Amino acid sequence: MRIYLLGFILLAFSQFAFSAAKIEHWQTPQGTRVYYVHTEDLPMVDIQVVFDAGSSSDGQQFGLAALTADLLDTGAGQWNADEIAQRFESVGAQFGVSSSIDSATVSLRTLTDKPLFDKAIETMQVILTKPLFNETDFQREKNRTLAGLKQQEESPAELASIAFYNALYGNHPYAHPESGVIKTVAALKSSDLRNFYQKYYVAANAIVVIVGDLTKQQAEQTAEKLVSGLPTGKERGGLPEVTMPLKSTQQHIEFPSSQTHVLVGLPATYRKDPDYFDLYVGNHVLGGGSLVSRLFEEVREKRGLAYSASSAFIPMLKPGPFIVSLQTRNDQTAQALQVLNQTLADFIAKGPTEAELIAAKKNITGSFAMRFDTNKELAGYVAMIGFYDMPLDYLDTFQQKVNQVTAASITDAFKRRVNTQLLQTITVGKSAEKSAK
Amino acid sequence: MKKRLLCTILLCLPVFTSSAETKVFEHTLANGLKVLVKEDHRSPVVVSQVWYKVGSSYEPGGITGISHMLEHMMFKGTDKHPAGEFSRIIAENGGDENAFTGQDYTAYFQTMEASRLAVSFELEADRMRNLHLLPEELKKELQVVTEERRMRTDDNPQAKMQEQFMTMAYSNSPYKHPVIGWPADIANYKVEDLQAWYQRWYAPNNATLVVVGDVHAKDVFELAEKYFGALKPSDIKPLKPQTEIDQLGARKMTVKVPAKLPSILMGYKVPALKTAANEWEAYALEVLAGVLDGGSSARLTSQLVRGKQIAVSAGAGYGLTSRMSNLFELEATPAEGKTVLELEAALKDEIRKLQENLISSEELQRIKAQVLASDIYQRDSNFYQAMQIGTLETVGLGWQKADEYVAKINQVTAEQVRDVARKYLVDDHLSIAYLEPQTINTTAEKKGAK
Repeated sequence: MRIYLLGFILLAFSQFAFSAAKIEHWQTPQGTRVYYVHTEDLPMVDIQVVFDAGSSSDGQQFGLAALTADLLDTGAGQWNADEIAQRFESVGAQFGVSSSIDSATVSLRTLTDKPLFDKAIETMQVILTKPLFNETDFQREKNRTLAGLKQQEESPAELASIAFYNALYGNHPYAHPESGVIKTVAALKSSDLRNFYQKYYVAANAIVVIVGDLTKQQAEQTAEKLVSGLPTGKERGGLPEVTMPLKSTQQHIEFPSSQTHVLVGLPATYRKDPDYFDLYVGNHVLGGGSLVSRLFEEVREKRGLAYSASSAFIPMLKPGPFIVSLQTRNDQTAQALQVLNQTLADFIAKGPTEAELIAAKKNITGSFAMRFDTNKELAGYVAMIGFYDMPLDYLDTFQQKVNQVTAASITDAFKRRVNTQLLQTITVGKSAEKSAK
Repeated sequence: MKKRLLCTILLCLPVFTSSAETKVFEHTLANGLKVLVKEDHRSPVVVSQVWYKVGSSYEPGGITGISHMLEHMMFKGTDKHPAGEFSRIIAENGGDENAFTGQDYTAYFQTMEASRLAVSFELEADRMRNLHLLPEELKKELQVVTEERRMRTDDNPQAKMQEQFMTMAYSNSPYKHPVIGWPADIANYKVEDLQAWYQRWYAPNNATLVVVGDVHAKDVFELAEKYFGALKPSDIKPLKPQTEIDQLGARKMTVKVPAKLPSILMGYKVPALKTAANEWEAYALEVLAGVLDGGSSARLTSQLVRGKQIAVSAGAGYGLTSRMSNLFELEATPAEGKTVLELEAALKDEIRKLQENLISSEELQRIKAQVLASDIYQRDSNFYQAMQIGTLETVGLGWQKADEYVAKINQVTAEQVRDVARKYLVDDHLSIAYLEPQTINTTAEKKGAK
C-alpha cells in the first residue's frame, strides 16, 4: 500500500505543477463561436472550422454530408482543384476536410510567417465561402466514393461496423454509414450538395478553433476573415433522441475470412452525460486500458483468443455506441463470445475492485498531460469542447472528476446504462459448420 | 479510398528535422549503450524508446517473424517482474507503452510524465538482459500472433498482395519475407529459438536509448548509467550482407484473392541512402517521390485521379532510410470501367515523362517548401522526433543525417531527378502485381432475443 500512497502524492504534485491550456472564447458578429489557445514555441498554427453538418444531417440521402465535404477543395472561386492544391502546398500548408457522424471539419496547418500564412488563409476562406460543386468534379468524387463503398465490402471489420450501427440505431440518423451506401450515393446530384452546403455551412452553425503562434488580435482577424463571407443562417439543431433497441439481437454475416469479427454493444453515452466519468473510468478497467484491462486479460493474456480485445464508449451529441470488440479464428468464435459476455456481465454485476479503480485513476490522471502535449491533439480537444459546448474549464476539472468516481458510482452507472438484455451482437466471418467442410 | 501505400511507406520514412533550433545530446555508456537525448520543454512529458538492431531482415529461413514474436514475449516477464507486471507498473505510473518491429529494427517505448522516466528505465534495463521465456506463455502468445497475422494480412486483400509481391520482387534479399513471418514458421517457434535470438541481439551494445521531452540531457545520462550501466555487453557477430542479386528482366504476377476492386502494385529496385553509390541519388529519388505523390497537387493525383480519371487512387513511395536497397513503389486502383493494364500504361507514362523532361521549377520549389514546413510541424511531436533519431541510428546512418536533410533536399536539381529516373526506374528492374478480385458471397442472418 505504500507504493499506492506515494503515487498519489506525486500525482497531486504534478497537478499543481502543470495547468491545462488556457482557452479564450468569443463570438464573431455573425454568431460563430471562436476558441483560441496561444502556444508560442513553434512558428505554426492549427486551424479548424467545424460545422454541425455530419452524416446525421444526411436525411434519407445517406452520404450527402461526406460528399459535400469532399467537394469543397475541388473547385472554389477562381480556382480549380489543381490550383487550390498548389496554393496550399507551395507554402507548405497542410489542408484537409473530414466528416464524421456529428460534424464536418475543414482544417489547416500552416506556418505563421506572414506571406505564407496569408496565402493559406485566403485559399481556405475561398474554399469555405465559394465552393463551386462543378459537375465534372462532382461525378469524379462520387465515383471515387462509390469505389470506396465497394471496397468496404471486402473488409469483415467494415461490414461488422456497418451492421453494428444499423442494429443499434434503427431509423435514427446515427444508423447509416458516414460515407453512405451505394444506392443512395449513386442517386445524389450536384444540386443536392449545393443545397446541403447552403443550408448547413453557415456562420451560426460553425465554430472556429485556433491553436498556435498567433496573437489574440491575429486570431480575431483570422476567424473573422474565414467566416465573414458565410451567411448567418441558423444552427442545425433538432437531432432526434435515440430510442433504445427493444431487445437483444444477434446477427451473423457469412464471409470468407479466416477470422470472425465480433462486436457487442448498445447506444450509451453522450458528451454532457452526468454519468460520463463513471462510465469512462469504469470502462478503463473493463477494456479501455490499452495493455491492461479485464478484457485484454481474459481474452488475450489468459487464453490467447485474439490479438485485440477492447471496449469503448463513444460519446456524441446524442448517445453514441458502447462497443466491445474482438477478432478470433472462426472456430473459436463461440468460446470468445462467451468469454466476452461473461467478462462484461461480471463487471456490470460487481464493478471494479478497489485496486483496479486506483490503478485506473492513476493511469488516467498520470497520463493527463500526454493527452494534449502536441498542438494537434490540443486542437482536437478544443474542437471537442467547442463543438459540444462543454465548459471551457473541461480540461482543468478533468482530473478532479476522474478522482471523484467511486467503485459504487461505476457499478451504479453501468447497471443503469449497459442493460445486457438490450445488447446487440454482430459476427462477421465463416461460421463453424461451414469452415468445418 | 485513402492511399494505403502512402500511409505504410510514410510510417517507415521519417520526414526529418533540421538542427537549426534543436540539438541531440549523445553519450555512450561503458557497456556500449548509446544514449541520445533531445530536450523539448513545451510540455511536462517524456518519451523513452529502446531500439535494438534486429528486425525481420536479420532472420534466416525457418524462423521468419521471430523478431516480432520476441517483441511480444518481452512483455511476458523477467525473474524480477512476472508476466504482465511490466505493463501494470507502466500503466499505474500514467504511462502509455507499446513496441513495434520492422524489417530493420525492434523498438519499445513508454510515454510518461517527465518525472517518471526512472520507472521506464528500471523496467527496460531489466528486460534487456533478464527475460524469462516460459513455454506456457509462448504457447498462448503464438496464438495471439497467429490472430494478429490473420487480421493484418490473411483477411486483407491489399496486404496479401503486398506480401506475395515481395516474394517475387526480391530474389535473395531478406526483405523478401514478411515482418510478421510465414504461418508455418510462426507455428513452430520453440522457446530455445527465442532464447537464442534474445541472447544474440539483446545487449546494451546492440541498442540505442532515445529520450525526447521535458528532461535535461545530463540527468538522463546519469539515470541511464544508474539503471543500464551494470548490464553486460555481448559479442555481437556482424550480419552477413545478403546483398540482392541483379534483376535481369521484368517480373509479373497475378494475385487472386476475395476482393471487390482490382489494383496494381509496381516496384523498381532502387538504392537507399545507406546503399547509394552517391548520396545525392537517394535524395533525388526522395524528391522524385514528392513529384509523383507529395500531396494533392502532385502528378499522380493531379494527372491520373483528376486529369485522366483513370484511377480512383494512386500513390508512390520510397524508403530513404532502409538498411538495405529496396523498392520504389507505385500503387493504384483503377476507376470504374478502366483496367489495371490501362493503369499500368498510364503509370509508366508518368515515369517516361520524368526520364524525358525536366521537372518544373514550381514542382521543385513546392517540394522544398513542404520539406521546410514539415521540418517545423514535426517538432510538434516528441514521439515522431524520437522515431527519426531511433530509425537513423539503428539502420546505421547515424542520427546526424536528420540535421542534413533539409539542406540535402535543397541541393537536388531537376537534372538529378531526371538522371535517377533514367538510371533506376527501368523496366528490367521492375516487378508488377495485379490484384484480381475473386467473388465474395456474403449472406446475413438475424436471430431474435437470445
